Amino acid sequence: MLRQVVVVGASAAGLTTVEALRRGGFEGKVMLVGAEPHLPYDRPPLSKQVLAGDWAPERARLRAEDHLDGLDVELVLGNAATSLDPVRARVELADGSGVDYDALVIATGVSARTLPSAEGLAGVHVLRTLDDALALRAELLTGPRVVVVGAGLIGCEVAATARKLGAEVTIVEPLEAPMVRVMGARIGGLISQVHADHGVPVRTGVGVASLAGSMGRVTAVLLADGTKLPADVVVLGIGANPAVGWLQGSGLNISAAGVECDATCQAVPGVYAAGDVASWTHEGLGAQLRLEHRTNATEQGIAVAKNLLAGPDNAQPYLPLPYFWTDQYDLKIQGFGLPAAQDEVEVVEGDLESRKFVALYRRAGRVTGAVGWNSARAMRPYRQQVIDGMTPAGA
Amino acid sequence: MKVLIDQDRCCGAGSCVLAAPEVFDQREEDGIVALLDPTPDESQRALVDDAVSRCPAAAISVVE
Ligand SMILES: Cc1cc2nc3c(=O)[nH]c(=O)nc-3n(C[C@H](O)[C@H](O)[C@H](O)COP(=O)(O)OP(=O)(O)OC[C@H]3O[C@@H](n4cnc5c(N)ncnc54)[C@H](O)[C@@H]3O)c2cc1C
Ligand code: SF4
Repeated sequence: MLRQVVVVGASAAGLTTVEALRRGGFEGKVMLVGAEPHLPYDRPPLSKQVLAGDWAPERARLRAEDHLDGLDVELVLGNAATSLDPVRARVELADGSGVDYDALVIATGVSARTLPSAEGLAGVHVLRTLDDALALRAELLTGPRVVVVGAGLIGCEVAATARKLGAEVTIVEPLEAPMVRVMGARIGGLISQVHADHGVPVRTGVGVASLAGSMGRVTAVLLADGTKLPADVVVLGIGANPAVGWLQGSGLNISAAGVECDATCQAVPGVYAAGDVASWTHEGLGAQLRLEHRTNATEQGIAVAKNLLAGPDNAQPYLPLPYFWTDQYDLKIQGFGLPAAQDEVEVVEGDLESRKFVALYRRAGRVTGAVGWNSARAMRPYRQQVIDGMTPAGA
Repeated sequence: MKVLIDQDRCCGAGSCVLAAPEVFDQREEDGIVALLDPTPDESQRALVDDAVSRCPAAAISVVE
């Protein structure tokens, strides 16, 4: 019997799971446990509106307080889960308390990676939490020289926002192009052009050797080719690791890829995972997958809630169409599917020069993804093609 | 029920259009959400609630 559900991680995936449980008619107890002291807030605005100062931090809240009250959820904030015993079905928290569950949902997301040479150096930032965003914003307002390490989604967005705030910005990326993992080299290369047009040089194909500092504060980024880039502020956008430290010793199958789950997002009986932390078998793609995209946090939370309510015998496989977006300067990019860097690219709407286009990606004749620049609505018809391409042949 | 949207928050994901196509649409130019029906019929409630829950930007809310 499902009487008490505990959800660990009070952000997009965790909160959506709670909402979907209530909408699905669950009347038992729900506890939502979060390490951060803030009410659940959204992360995409952190590198955009919040960092830019266009939104006060409260505006990034996921739900209004009265809506949260209506969920009848016991919200435990500023108190991280520290360990899990799936045999006793019990979670221990940082304040020394413990909580028993009938079902547990792990939604602890990821934590930003850092560099060993960043240890103890002021001026070096990552951007994952609201507190990170506010600390970085305070420094950007002093008009510093900024080096952004890593031209993934977060690095590119931070560079664009920092530039908007008047900072002098350089991006360093060890791979051949920005966002190459999600868009490939050809379209990714265009991102370099967009940043260059805004006065932000992108140095690709060269890694960071180390960070230099003086009196406890960063002064420069040293590149593998010997270049020294002076910097007052360094932002590391070099990826993230699943937040699974608290699950060590739990007996769950934890890998570098996160909490390993089956196709229904179940890790072990009674324990599910959702959002950035969850690695599950996507049966349509025939692959073990973990997505760090905002829409996935929502959709996986809904899927997990439904499976909890349906029970293990009736649980359905989770088969999302991966989707991400990013906003940089006045550019809005959206992507469906999982294109790989080496896929063939065909521009099917618009053209690259005008920076308004839709590109389709194919591998061995099958559509693997679609990426649109300033073409949100024009993207919609390609959705189905990407879904069709995801279904294994013969299925 | 009355549906409210905050176009400033919307990221053009289109999840709302998939969830409740009779209530939501996206603007042609930038994909930002547009309301087709601000006071949908009660029969749309489940679909609208689904759109609220799926919207990755928390841009949609419902008041009675
Ligand atoms: C700056 C930024 C910009 C982004 N922009 C975009 C974008 O434009 N488009 C897009 O598609 N995606 C974007 N993303 C990604 C998107 O925000 C994530 O995919 C999404 O937040 C994942 O939600 P989640 O709930 O799984 O994890 P998270 O949002 O990481 O939430 C996990 C929560 O769990 C808490 N937690 C961790 N460990 C514990 C513990 N032991 N006990 C209790 N609580 C714990 C954390 O404090 C955190 O609040 C962005 C991410 C960032 C950081
Ligand atoms: S789902 Fe939300 S973000 Fe996406 S188009 Fe609709 S309102 Fe905008």
